Amino acid sequence: MTTLASHSPAERQPISFAFLAQVVLIANSFIMLYPVVVMVFSAFKSTGEIFENPFGLPDFTQVQNFTRVLGETSMPTYFMNSILVTGGSIILILVLGTMAGYAVARYESRTNTFILLFFLAGLMLPLKLAVIPLFILLRDMNLLDSRWSLIFTYTAIGLPSAVFIMAGFLRSLPAELEDAARIDGASEPRIMWSVMLPLARPPMAIAAIQNAVPIWNDFFFPLVFIQTDDYKTLPQGLTTFMGEYTTDWGMLFAGLTIAAAPITLLYIALSRQFIQGMTAGAVK
Amino acid sequence: MANVSIRDVRKSFGATPVIRGVDVDIQDGEFVILVGPSGCGKSTLLRMIAGLEDITSGDIRIGSRVVNDVPPKDRDIAMVFQSYALYPHMTVAENMAFSLRLKGTSKEEQKRRVQEAAASLGLTPLLDRYPRQLSGGQRQRVAMGRAIVRDPQVFLFDEPLSNLDAKLRVSMRGEIKELHQRLKTTTVYVTHDQIEAMTMADKIVVMHDGVVEQVGAPLDLYDRPANRFVAGFIGSPAMNFIEGRLEENGLALRSGAILPLDMRPAVPIATMLTYGIRPEHLQIAPAGTPETIPATVSVIEPTGSDTTLIVKAEGGNLTVLLRERCALKYGEEIALKPVPFQAHLFDEAGRRIASS
Repeated sequence: MTTLASHSPAERQPISFAFLAQVVLIANSFIMLYPVVVMVFSAFKSTGEIFENPFGLPDFTQVQNFTRVLGETSMPTYFMNSILVTGGSIILILVLGTMAGYAVARYESRTNTFILLFFLAGLMLPLKLAVIPLFILLRDMNLLDSRWSLIFTYTAIGLPSAVFIMAGFLRSLPAELEDAARIDGASEPRIMWSVMLPLARPPMAIAAIQNAVPIWNDFFFPLVFIQTDDYKTLPQGLTTFMGEYTTDWGMLFAGLTIAAAPITLLYIALSRQFIQGMTAGAVK
Repeated sequence: MANVSIRDVRKSFGATPVIRGVDVDIQDGEFVILVGPSGCGKSTLLRMIAGLEDITSGDIRIGSRVVNDVPPKDRDIAMVFQSYALYPHMTVAENMAFSLRLKGTSKEEQKRRVQEAAASLGLTPLLDRYPRQLSGGQRQRVAMGRAIVRDPQVFLFDEPLSNLDAKLRVSMRGEIKELHQRLKTTTVYVTHDQIEAMTMADKIVVMHDGVVEQVGAPLDLYDRPANRFVAGFIGSPAMNFIEGRLEENGLALRSGAILPLDMRPAVPIATMLTYGIRPEHLQIAPAGTPETIPATVSVIEPTGSDTTLIVKAEGGNLTVLLRERCALKYGEEIALKPVPFQAHLFDEAGRRIASS
């Protein structure tokens, strides 16, 4: 009995702590999800219904907001532009970031530290402060008002963190793997491609997601660089739904729902890798 | 298969010399073990044979070809690493076939050779597994399979057993030895474990501080160590060393005891010498016996088959290995009598100058 008595407080304490943690986490996810739920609900209501009954359950068979957004506006064009700009930037960030990170991490050279510091400097520098010289630069390169202006800008913004993440991870891979591949007859690009990169998927997922979300949602650079409607991205395009005098809130929410969907799905698809990458090295 | 010859090879990392002029000849089909304490340069030497480290000066030949500037893949070698270095994202079969795939060997040939190697190592049921699904011993075997599949001229092993538990180590030791006897491929094997070296090698190269201390067959090194370092390194428990001064009638020890010598070193009387005697060559005698070393029992370690005794004597610890069980107690006063004709004498520089 005495052993039981001495054990029970020690056992009960973590349980109550776990319970409290669950309560906090559930409350937190409720706060996080609530605006999303309201957005999705409102997408199925007319503007009148939204103001009449803002929190009520909509009739999910009413999809006219979606059909109008996709049929009567330039939404499909904006959507395509967002995919092209985000996709292009992520591909460039991953390809260049991985190559740079690999070189910094796996080869010994006196300039390595300098190069890494150069990339890290990019992390400290908010590019938005340099928007005027950037604008002039892009104008002189004849890139203004094109998707490339956004892709190049986002790549530049995303590279430092990608290099940082990739270099940190690649450095932790055992050198013996490289040696083994070298003896097996693999060339240097082959070692990177067939041996190291398959192991580097978790950090690549991190670099992809943490860059994709802000790029997808960015409003500032499209606003500054893009004038032609054909090249506008979703966040900028959605503002056209807000009229000077009237706003069709139902359509706006439908547009927002469509805009938020891909990145949410991407996150869900990559979340396992994402969490794996965050905890990589924590447990052997 | 090929012989390997290493000629005056040196290696420095920056200004720090790691290998300071090494000459080793390895015959075709020989099993050679590089052994030495950590930091002696044995792994670096192996990596230089593999081509993973540059050579600062000297020549390494595999067969008749100088390979100093030949990249690892063209040296026709295979290496087994301490961590096994299996590719984690490939199955056992893919791991083993990787080098063949890079060489452009046909799919059927790859499959045939992988299956052949797998069968010889008992890996056939594991071919579709990933390294993370294997035990330490199985991973070790896959690493060996990856080497065998290539059918190289030289096998290189870098401390392949040090990540295994003691029991598995003994059985893998046997397997590697058996493999070598079957394939007869020239093998260079690095270890810090002198038991591995003694049990497996045709020839042992003892290294220390970047130089070769002695090269020879295991029992040659055991019976005729060139110097004090080899004498102390080879053999477990290690050889006992006792300081003394050469006198007409023997060696005068610090305790005042005089040990008779069966040999006559060519040095003047009153020279300070080191007397080396292996633990199994010390016998227990009653305290006070003449021509013995007085000692006090300090630790008794029975292992069942024999008993290791650590005693305090001559201002330090001496080890005695008894083949029979003993009834000694802690603190008991005894005397140690060296078995005649088993002692070595070393001069002040550590060179062996006489054996009885």
